[in-house]
Amino acid sequence: MIYLDNSATTKPHPDVLKSYVQASEQFFANPSSIHQLGGQAERLLLRARQQAADILHVHEDEIIFTSGGTEGNNMAIMGVAMQHQRRGKHIITSEIEHPSVYDACKGLEQLGFEITALPVDANGQVSVEEVKKSIRNDTILISIMHVNNEIGSIQPIQEIAEIAATHPKLFFHVDAVQGLGKISLNLYHPGIDICTLSGHKIHGVRGTGMVYVARSTKLFPLLQGGGQEYGRRSGTENLAGSVSMVKALRLMMDREKTDLEHLRMLYQQLRTKLEQIDGVMINSPIDGAPHILNCSIPGLKPEVVIHALGKRDIYISTKSACSSKQSDISRVLAACGYSRERASSGLRISLSYDTTTEEITTFIEALKEVIQHLKEILE
Amino acid sequence: MEFDHLLIRYGEIALKGKNQKKFLVRLQENIQHALKDYSAVKVKRTQGRMFVLLNGQDPEPIMERCQHIFGIHSFSLAIKVENDLNRIKEAALYALKNANHPNTFKVTVRRVNKGFPYRSQELLQELGAHLLMHTDNIKVDVHHPDVEVKVEIRAEGTYITSGLTFGLGGLPVRTGGKTLLLLSGGIDSPVAGFLAMKRGVEVEAVHFHSPPFTSERAKQKVIDLAEKLTYYGYPIKIHLVPFTKLQQKIYQEIPESYAITVMRRMMMRISEAICRNQDILSITTGESLGQVASQTMESMNTINEVTNYPILRPLIAMDKDDIIRISKQIDTYDISIRPFEDCCTIFVPKAPKTNPKRSKVNYFEDKFDFTDLLEETMQGIETIEAGTDKQEEAFRDLL
Repeated sequence: MIYLDNSATTKPHPDVLKSYVQASEQFFANPSSIHQLGGQAERLLLRARQQAADILHVHEDEIIFTSGGTEGNNMAIMGVAMQHQRRGKHIITSEIEHPSVYDACKGLEQLGFEITALPVDANGQVSVEEVKKSIRNDTILISIMHVNNEIGSIQPIQEIAEIAATHPKLFFHVDAVQGLGKISLNLYHPGIDICTLSGHKIHGVRGTGMVYVARSTKLFPLLQGGGQEYGRRSGTENLAGSVSMVKALRLMMDREKTDLEHLRMLYQQLRTKLEQIDGVMINSPIDGAPHILNCSIPGLKPEVVIHALGKRDIYISTKSACSSKQSDISRVLAACGYSRERASSGLRISLSYDTTTEEITTFIEALKEVIQHLKEILE
Repeated sequence: MEFDHLLIRYGEIALKGKNQKKFLVRLQENIQHALKDYSAVKVKRTQGRMFVLLNGQDPEPIMERCQHIFGIHSFSLAIKVENDLNRIKEAALYALKNANHPNTFKVTVRRVNKGFPYRSQELLQELGAHLLMHTDNIKVDVHHPDVEVKVEIRAEGTYITSGLTFGLGGLPVRTGGKTLLLLSGGIDSPVAGFLAMKRGVEVEAVHFHSPPFTSERAKQKVIDLAEKLTYYGYPIKIHLVPFTKLQQKIYQEIPESYAITVMRRMMMRISEAICRNQDILSITTGESLGQVASQTMESMNTINEVTNYPILRPLIAMDKDDIIRISKQIDTYDISIRPFEDCCTIFVPKAPKTNPKRSKVNYFEDKFDFTDLLEETMQGIETIEAGTDKQEEAFRDLL
């Protein structure tokens, strides 16, 4: 099997699964129970939180464990909107956000909020100048993703954070789900208030995630109840999930240190070889993330290519898995200015640190054959 | 070419006379201990300098670690090259280029090895010219440079540095004897321990707990606090004193307004006994003058009556704000504010005496013989070691 759909989800790391199982077996008590077993579970949760905080260079009470990226993004956007709507009802985001940001914002429109969805250039980047110009007196939130999930473009988060830092009335939320472990991000930058991370994109298990929320940031909690997670997210703590997420985070950060160059090299190899195939057009910007490569083969339906490759035990995807079953045209590719034909024939190849040179070579050969074969049928 | 050394400067130790070597050997051991997870790294001493040889290790975590070792005044990443002008030029350029985006720089030369064929002035000109030629938009500023490229020519080679990180100062832990720290779980006592350690003192801790009125979590809090302090030195022994029975007796036999005073006196008696058993020469507390009822001048006078062991009070003249600032700096604040009852908050009298008298407290204590109860309490002391917990190891495996 050659798995090149790592932006949809990654294969859980065996050590992460081991932690998950062990924590479930040995520390099953409710961390909020006041008896000794509960105390033990609480201590383990605290250690997990501390380790996450250490890795991300933030405070332990700024780490909120969640069920994943979608929850984190909703927690941030809905939380700011509900809590601070009296300050203003204007939100700035971009046209290429993940649906859990984009649709959350669209949903708020129905409640009387005004959304500015910034366009992106051909490289899939928002303009810092545009962000600056769009800020109004009633702007309460900027929500911009770090690395785009479909084409891998990297947004100028640092620069936007600089701007956000000079506007104390608004909050800046970063959806960092796709960039985690690939492109470093300074969460402790004073301009960044909230940041979403997810477990299953970094070889963790499904249903795990965390959000960084700066101490000074007040959010209206989506989940009310027992007051867990500093009152920011009620519900019995998913101890095994949180522990395994932190383990995945640590392992990922280690890989980033040792293997990032290798990943970049693989990406370059893939990119160069794809460029050489007749009829393949690269949609990902040249300076994007080293693990997401989007291309179109106009004239060939992406589903057909994916199924043909699937028969050879090679797995890639169309656009984001979260919207791939809806309309044909990719909102992200359309926002980058690509024609309808190109925007509806996008293929996404997403790598992991475990991808090998041989896998890339085999994939390229297979893709060439598939294209050749399909074209013969169509002619 | 890359930074392959960490040059360590020690402040106060340099002022020591004949026993300087003792301090240096200890500092070297402490650095080795702190860096024990990095097996490739070596620590070596030469005349007037200490070096950490990185041997290919990523310098960042090592620098982070060195910022938490007492006795280090400052340190810099260094490149070592042979005493050869071209190599020195090359290294100086690397050091400048890897500094934090400077606009201005200056070069300084220390020519310890007087046999080196170029004089300091000549070298300065050669190096300055070389650096200006091979960089863009960086100027020389000899008065307020953003970066100082320091070149030190010694017999064994030349060291080039371009940055400086300050350490904690103070004296190496284990050069100043051992003290017994009264660790309550509050904000103050860990800070007091930290400051005692800063003067080279090794710490053991005593904690009074009152199960079942105080929970396992309150005990854990104390272990976590001690664990934070181990980061600045070595594993810390914690003597856990079961205080319930004695405390209950105090509240039965002593008038409520004097109960806290007597309780503190009992703590001092027990602490002194622990000191005797463990060859510890002093007691350290987090008291700050006037902060609460038991920390007035009158209270200290009354409580201090029961021991003639020196009581170190590093926080005595500090404001609460300053104490909190340090507790945040040493990462104990978040632990200290965890909301669990400790033995001092459990039986709080409505109106504790702020000016207890020695004569009165002795009169009340004499009415009941606490000897057996004190003995029993001493027998029940459990000693654990922060920094070596089995449970914690299991947690570390999971994470």
